[in-house]
Parts: sequence; structure tokens; C-alpha cells
Amino acid sequence: MTASPTHRAIDAVWRIESARLIAGLTRLVRNVSVAEDMAQDALVAALEQWPQDGIPDNPGAWLMTTAKRRGIDALRRRVALERKQELIGHELQILGELEQPDLAAEVDDVQDDVLRLIFMTCHPVLSRDARVALTLRLLGGLSTTEIARAFLVSGSTVTQRIVRAKRTLGEARVPFEVPGRDELGDRVSAVLEVIYLVFNEGYAATGGEQWTRPVLCQDALRLGRILAGLMPREPEVHGLLSLMELQASRLRARVGPDGEPVRLADQDRARWDHLLVQRGLTGLQRAEELSGALGPYTLQAAIAACHARARSVEQTDWVRIVALYDGLAALTGSPVVELNRAVAVTMAFGPEAGLELIDSLAGDPALRDYHLLPSVRGDILERLGRLTEAHDEFVRAADLCANVSERGLLLSRALACNP
Amino acid sequence: MRFMVLVPGSPEFESGELPSKGDLEAMGKFNEELVKAGVMLAADGLHPSSKAARVRFDGRERTVIDGPFTEAKELVAGYWIWECASQEEAIEWLKRAPLFDGGMEIELRQIMDPEELEGQLK
Repeated sequence: MTASPTHRAIDAVWRIESARLIAGLTRLVRNVSVAEDMAQDALVAALEQWPQDGIPDNPGAWLMTTAKRRGIDALRRRVALERKQELIGHELQILGELEQPDLAAEVDDVQDDVLRLIFMTCHPVLSRDARVALTLRLLGGLSTTEIARAFLVSGSTVTQRIVRAKRTLGEARVPFEVPGRDELGDRVSAVLEVIYLVFNEGYAATGGEQWTRPVLCQDALRLGRILAGLMPREPEVHGLLSLMELQASRLRARVGPDGEPVRLADQDRARWDHLLVQRGLTGLQRAEELSGALGPYTLQAAIAACHARARSVEQTDWVRIVALYDGLAALTGSPVVELNRAVAVTMAFGPEAGLELIDSLAGDPALRDYHLLPSVRGDILERLGRLTEAHDEFVRAADLCANVSERGLLLSRALACNP
Repeated sequence: MRFMVLVPGSPEFESGELPSKGDLEAMGKFNEELVKAGVMLAADGLHPSSKAARVRFDGRERTVIDGPFTEAKELVAGYWIWECASQEEAIEWLKRAPLFDGGMEIELRQIMDPEELEGQLK
């Protein structure tokens, strides 16, 4: 978008209103693709009219009215064209919906529509990549270009992903609704997974030059906060938000002056973002109060909280962290969790105990190409004074690592082990 | 980007008068909207300046001045901290706030990122 003050203001209004607009329209037309087109049409109208007429007092209502009016006009034209071919049933139905006064919007909280839209864009019928792209586009208000830049793919790839995702949702007749009690747990997990994927891509970029991409973390945090506002009784929603806030509190401390990664042990804890720490700890408390048994995100948040509360690595409650990892490992059976548990065991009970655990993981096929396995093993061997072996592990880790900055850190650690 | 919105006091606020139920409900609704939009990070109301103190610095001398202070309009009565994508977004939100009227001016300030200061330390 051009950078005139009005255009920047329209941009801001769009960011605030687009999710609600698309969600409200999806409820009316039962088709997310049609709804997004209508919303885009309204945006085009705003870009034409607002620079001359000024921004209306209630821009959200203006966009909704305009989207519906333009949608009705477009449908009428199509119905008129297609009448000869008798293909009008579906269009007529949508037209009927649009021409009715929208009673539901008054009775129903519009926010419920946003929640329904989240469950739609994170529906398991879609691939992970498609869920991420569609959620960022429809709920985060990001442009295709912004999504492409964030995930280091081309704009046309993202466009295709989104088009295909919308088609899949239509073909699978995915309903616009909050899932019922019986499947709610699984579906909430699917939503949380999408949000955490976005966060992680920002927190520890898997590829590219930069070690972190804070803007992507901000987008994930915003989605997490929206979800926590919409589902205040779901413990894992608060658990994930708490986890992200606690991790994000360390963002600026985990990048050095030249963009290089700084490990937790070496971070200047005064540079942590204490507003986020406080929010994260409060959110964790809320998640724990709502939980029966703690879920995986709440457990991870509890681990992050142990770090957030500690004044230094030495003063960290590593024994408690090991216990929390025990719970997480039992819940997930994930070898990556086992790997992190080995780090905690090393800190709590010494490197010998940690090495024993690591070596029991060495044959796991899921970790075969995972750079953190040799990286952790290198760290433990270094603590044991077995520097030649540590050096080789760090080199191996660097070879497996796709992120340029992180690879640099691993190579410098290898170098430091050279006798 | 993080923003702080500074809400000024008024003679009624300074006299210790609590907001009406209707006002509280209107502000509560706006705050809820901010939370559900993922914008709100923190919000607090302050006590009137009758409970405030100032410390005056003069060379090595420190003088404590107890409230209340005059110029009610220049005193802060509360604040919001918001996370927004741009200053324009924060302005859009602020324009939607209820209760402010009669020429009241509400100030919006971008919170400085510590990184902006770090260059000075090198």
C-alpha cells in the first residue's frame, strides 16, 4: 500500500477489522472464499473513497455494509448471466441470506464468528502449511507478500496454498462452527499447533540468515491473545500464551550485537522484557487454576517460568525442571522432549547422568538429522573435559544446522574446544 | 510496537470521586474489546494526587513534597499499554475509546525499544 497518511490509516483499520469482517461475511455466505473476495472488494472501495471523504466514524460497519452491497450487486449480475444455464440455486441462496437484515450480528456476539473462523482456518482437513498461511492471511490480516517473506517462500507459492486451502474447505464442506464438546479438545490442539508453529518460526528461524524474526513472534502472540480472549476457560490456550510470552521475554537478550545467538546461560537477564515475564507468569497461574492435569503447553510454560524466575543459571530450580520434563515426556513421548530433559538432568545431577540419557537417544530415527542432538552431546562432553569429542560433535551439529547464525555459534563452540 | 496511552485526571478524579457504574461498564467493554483484539498488554488506574509524593532534586539535596498537586489536567490518572503493528493502529484504537469528551486530549506515546538506546552504550 502507498504511504500517504490516509492509506496508512486504512491499513490500520484493515488490521483491526478484517478478521471480524471476513468472519461475519463467512457466516452469511457460508463460503470463506466468497467472503474474503467480498471483504477485499470493500477494502478496494475504502481505498477509493476514504482519501476523499475521510475515514467514516464507524469504519467496521462501513466495510461490512459496503461488502454486502457490492456482494449483492455482483451476485445479481451472475444470477442474471447464469439464469439461462440454470445454475442459480446456490447463488440465489446466498443472495437471499445477504438481502435479509443480519439479525444474527445483533443477537450473536460478532466475536463468536472470529472464533468459528479460527477453527475453520486451522481445520485438520488442511495441510500444516495451508493452515498457517490461511490463518495468518484471514485472522492475522497479513498480505500474501508478508507471509511469503516470513516463511522464505515465493509469493505465488503462498497464493496457491491459500487458493487451494479455500477450495479444500469448500469441497470438504467444513462447517462454520465451534466444534462440539466431543472433538473440542483435539480441535483446540490443532489451533494451538498453528499458532506455535508461527511463533517458533519467529523465535528460532529454521532457515535463512537471521536467528530470530520478532515480527512473526508478534503475530503469533497477537493470535494467542485473541484466542485467550475468546476462550477464557481453556487452560491450554492460556498455557500456550504464557509459554510464548515467557519465551518472547527473552527475544532481545538472545541476539548479540552482531545478530549472533546468545545462549540462555550467557544472556543478560536485565535485558529480558519484564512486562512479558509478568504476563507470562500470570497466564501460567491462570492455566494451572483451570487445569486438571497440566497439558503439554502449560507444562512447557511452567518450565519457561522456572527460567524466568531465576536470577541466574546457577540459581535455576533444575530439579523442578527435570520433574516437569518427566511429565512432558510421559505426555508426549517426544524424543525432542527427552533431549531437553537430558539438558536439565545435566544441570541438576551432573554431566555423567546427562550423557547416559543422550546416548540412549542416539539411535532414535526422529533425531537422526536434528542438529541439537550433537549440539547437546557436545556441550555435555565439554563439561566432562572430553574436548576432542566435543569439538567433533559441534562440527557435526553445524553441518546439520540450516540457520546461518546458529551454525556460526556452533562452529565457534567447536573452535573453542580445540586443544 | 508498544504504546502507552496516558489518561489525564480531572477535578472530579482529583477529589477522589469514583467513576459511575455506567462509565465503568463502558470502559470495561472497551477494555474487553482491546483484550479480544490481542492489543492490550496492561492497564491501570492511579490514585489521585492527594496520595502522591514528589521528590525534588537539587545538587545533593532531596526534598519530598507531598500531594495533592494542582493542575488536575496535567496529572496522570491512568494508563494503557498496547501492542500494535503501527502508530496508526494505536490511533485507530484510541479514537474508539469511550467517555472522553469536552475537548479532552489523550496522549499516545510510543514506548522506546531498549535497543534504540543500546547504540549509546557502545
